[in-house]
Parts: sequence; C-alpha cells; structure tokens
Amino acid sequence: MLEAENLYYAYTPDVPALRGISLTLRAGTILYLLGRNGCGKTTLMNCLSGVLKPKRGAVRLYGRDLHSYTPAERARQVGLIPQLHTPAFNYSVREIVLMGRAPHLGLFASPSRLDYEIADAALESVGLSSYRERPYTQLSGGERQLVLIARGLAQQCRILLMDEPDAHLDLNNQLRVMERVVRLAADGLSFIVTSHLPNNALAYAHEVLLMKRGAMLAYGTPADVLSENLLSAAYDLPIEVIREGERLRAILPRRAS
Amino acid sequence: MRIVALGRSRAAASGFRQAVAYGSLALPVALILISLLLGLYEIRIETVVRALLSLVVPQAAEGISSTELTLTLRIRLPRVLAAALIGAALASTGAAFQGIFKNPLVDSNLLGVTSGAGFGAALALLLGGTALVVQGSAFAFGLLAVMIAYAGSRLYSSAPLIVLTLMGVLIGSFFTSLTALTKYVADPLNTLPAITFWLLGGLTGVTWNSLPLLAVITLGGSAFLWAIRWRLNILSLGDAEATALGMNPTRLKLLIILCATLMTAAAVAVGGAIGWIGLVVPHAARLLVGADHKTLLPMSLSLGASFLLVIDNISRTLLPAEVPLGILTGLVGVPILIVLLRRSQTVW
Repeated sequence: MLEAENLYYAYTPDVPALRGISLTLRAGTILYLLGRNGCGKTTLMNCLSGVLKPKRGAVRLYGRDLHSYTPAERARQVGLIPQLHTPAFNYSVREIVLMGRAPHLGLFASPSRLDYEIADAALESVGLSSYRERPYTQLSGGERQLVLIARGLAQQCRILLMDEPDAHLDLNNQLRVMERVVRLAADGLSFIVTSHLPNNALAYAHEVLLMKRGAMLAYGTPADVLSENLLSAAYDLPIEVIREGERLRAILPRRAS
Repeated sequence: MRIVALGRSRAAASGFRQAVAYGSLALPVALILISLLLGLYEIRIETVVRALLSLVVPQAAEGISSTELTLTLRIRLPRVLAAALIGAALASTGAAFQGIFKNPLVDSNLLGVTSGAGFGAALALLLGGTALVVQGSAFAFGLLAVMIAYAGSRLYSSAPLIVLTLMGVLIGSFFTSLTALTKYVADPLNTLPAITFWLLGGLTGVTWNSLPLLAVITLGGSAFLWAIRWRLNILSLGDAEATALGMNPTRLKLLIILCATLMTAAAVAVGGAIGWIGLVVPHAARLLVGADHKTLLPMSLSLGASFLLVIDNISRTLLPAEVPLGILTGLVGVPILIVLLRRSQTVW
C-alpha cells in the first residue's frame, strides 16, 4: 500500500540525509526502522508522511504519488504518532483523540455526535474508555502513547508512523503499548516504527530496515537483518545476538573487557 | 457497570461546560441593559426599554423627556456598545493568539498592533486631528506595524512564525519609541495630556460615528474565530502535528493573525490602549470551561464584553472623576490574574 522508491533527500546540497531508500509496506505489517542517531530515520518518516518532499525518487500510496493527495486526503490514509509531548494547554483525553477527526471535517466544521462516537470507540479499542475526561497532561507516558494511538485510530487511517514509541517508557509500558500495536496490526493496520531499542524490533517487527548514514544497510525479516554482522556495522560497535535454541532472544553490545 | 455510569456522568460534565459557555453569551446582553441605567443621571429601567424600543417602533418613545432619550440613545448606548465590542474583540483575539502561539502568556498585541496604533493616535493628536482622524490614524498605524513585522519576517524562509513574533516585538518597541518622541515634542499644556489620556484608554469620546467600523470588524472577525475555534485546538499542538492531521497550519495561522490584527486595531482605535483584557479573560474563561477552544472562545467573547462593561461602569459612576480604563483594567486585572494562576495550575 505504501511504497518508497529510491528516495534521496538533502537539507543542504552537499550533505545527503537519505541516499536511495526503497521499501514496500503491506497491510498488517509492522516495519521497524533502526540505526544510529542522525542516520536519517526521522527524515525518512517525514518523507513517508508527506511533511518533506524527496529530492529524487517517489513515495507512492496505493500506486499514486503521495504529493498528489491533498493534505486532508493524505491524513485520512497516513497518520503520525509523535514522540511524547506536553501540549501548552490541558486538553482532556477525549479532546485529544477527537483531533484525529480533523481530516474528515471541513475547515469551519466542529465535530459532530458521530465524531464523538468514533473517538470514544477509538479510546475503547486501546482500553482507555474510562480515561475520557481525564486531563491528558496528567497521564503517564505509556497512557499518553496509547491515547495518541487512539487518535490515529479516530483518524481512520490505514498506516500509522510512530516516532520512537518506546522512548521514555519503562519496560511495562513499552510492552503495553507494543502489544496493542501488534493486536491492531493483526486487524490489518500497518505500522512504521522508529526505535533505538533493537530488542523491541526483535520482539515485535515483521520487517526491519537497518539504516546507516542515510543509506539502507539491510531490509528484510528480523531473522535476516538482526544478525551480529549487520548490527555491528550499523551501530559501529561489536554486538552479540543471544539465541535460545533457534530463536533470537536478545541483542546486547559486547563490552571491550 | 460502574465504569459505564462514570463515563455517562463525565460526558454530562462536558455537555454542562458547553451549556455554560453558550449560556454565558446572555451575560453581556443583560449587562448592556444594566449599564444603560447607570450614571450620574438616574434613568428608570422602563424608560430605557422604551427608549430602546423606539429605535424600532418610534411611538414607544412617547412621554419620555428628550433629555432622557438623548442620554440613553445618543450618549450612553454608543459608549456601552463600544465597551462590549472592544472587550469581546480583545478577549477573543487574546484566546486565539494564546492558542496559535502555544503560549498562555500572550495577547493580540504580541505583533505590535497596539504600539503602532498608539503612535498613530499620538501623531494625529500632535497634528491637531479631529476625533475621527485620530481613530483612523490609530487604526491605520496599528495595521501598518503588523504589516512591517510580516514583511520583515518574509525575508527569512525558515521558521516564519518565530521570526514574525520576534519582528512583532521589535516593531512594537520601535513604535513605542516613536510615541515617546511625539510626547517629548508635544505641547505640555494641551497636546501632551491628550496623548497621555488616549494611551491610557477610555470611552468618554465615543459617539455613533465610531461604531460602524468597530461593529463590522468585531462581529465579522468574531464570526471567523468562532467558525475555526475547534481548529485552534489542533494548531496549539504545533505545526508538525497539525500537518499530520491534514491541515495547512501556516495558512490558517496567517488568516487568524490578519483577523485578530484587524479586530485589535479597530478596538484600540476607538478605546485606546486598554491592556490586560486579552491576557486575563482567556485565563478566567479556561478556568470556567476548560482548555477546549470549542467552549473557550464563546466564553472569552462573553467574559471579555462583560468585563469591560463592568470596568467602564466603575470608571463612569463609582469615582467622582473618570479613571482611564487602562488603569482600571490593570488594577483589577492583575490581582485577578494572580489569583487565577494560583488556583488553576491544572488548566494548562
């Protein structure tokens, strides 16, 4: 459904941020983007969400150039779940989720009863129905991340881009958020997830794209991509992959001593 | 079962907020009527009602003395209407600016419109213009200040809104200096007091002549802000999220800034530099109905109109000599803001 072909992007002419990235996202897939800080993960996300226009190459959504969609049309298909943030004003959880209805409404329209029902249903499907009237800023990090996922659901898009959903979350909350993502993917939603935690890619990804200095180092199933050689090259660090029988279990940096 | 019941009662709570916000629109209407009764010359309520009716049905004025009729319709009504319109304009544009600049401590003077208008008025007073010339000059210079700030910000391609804010603050200071210059060269016996009084704000000189422009701009601008009020929620999350939610945040923000600038310039041109309303009233409104701009904007409109009506009534009646509005809004507004900041730590 979402395809990128040979993407190039550069913020300044001589320093390319993306060099020839291609990927194909199918329905119900969780794709992890891994790589060091500054390797181009965020730039790639911005190109895929339509915020940035690639200098060369193309992003296609259902076979059509992403930039031929109007912003509202695009937002009905592709949603962005930002990193944890604190809004300047203290909106209730329900108001935050309701904002997902924006691409479905005219500029001068306010949400109708139907929009409220869709927002409430979205909250219910992340298990936070009882949080509707709670102030968003008083929620824990994991709960906020779930609320932002609910906003993506209220947006009724088919693809959700998640920018480091596991940052700032404890192990329990990481699991809570990602298990929800896995369940939604089983229902046919697709996710592209950036992360600095390769272990989460091991646990939840269907596909992994490993990046280094704006280029693709490897792209494929976790079993193929998350190898000691490729990870060590990506992170410029000797890395050990711990196995449990045939299954990969954990990814750990190897210390010098 | 318990959770379902809880959900319902809380949904009712948000419906209650909406009822409060829309219901509050009746408050300024009632206050307008009450304000017409107040003044050194006492007028009974039935006289006021009949005088107002006579605007539609001329026979209703029969038996009312011409003094009372003139006082109600020619002197008090334009002033009271101006107070309501100016209060509504300053408060609603303050709420809109706080939303789009993601900052609860700004008002619509952020981009220098009031400072520009102040210089426009001071210049016209220095050159001996009539009341209408002073108003026109204030309006024009208010717009000019924001236009210069906007043109300056276009020189930079990145982060236009941040540069625009910076330019606004700079241009505002520049016009404040120009105003100081006009005061410095003004005749200390008559022109200087006139400029000083104008800058402190007041509605003493308001006649029907001032009202049409003020009314058209305030009502039109409020209608626009009302129509996009839900979008203010999304704009207040920042450009990246607004874009991801399918909006064009830059274009909508520019439209809001244009609308708020026109409204503020019109308000300041008629009422002078009345501070604090754009800052204090949205906070009070947020405390009553929450941060959601869907209810916050109607609440700001009615509280702003009501606040300035009350302040102007105090200025007109309570003290032997009229106290400029800018002084009263500060004296009343600052303590209110301090109390609100203390009580409402959870609202933003």
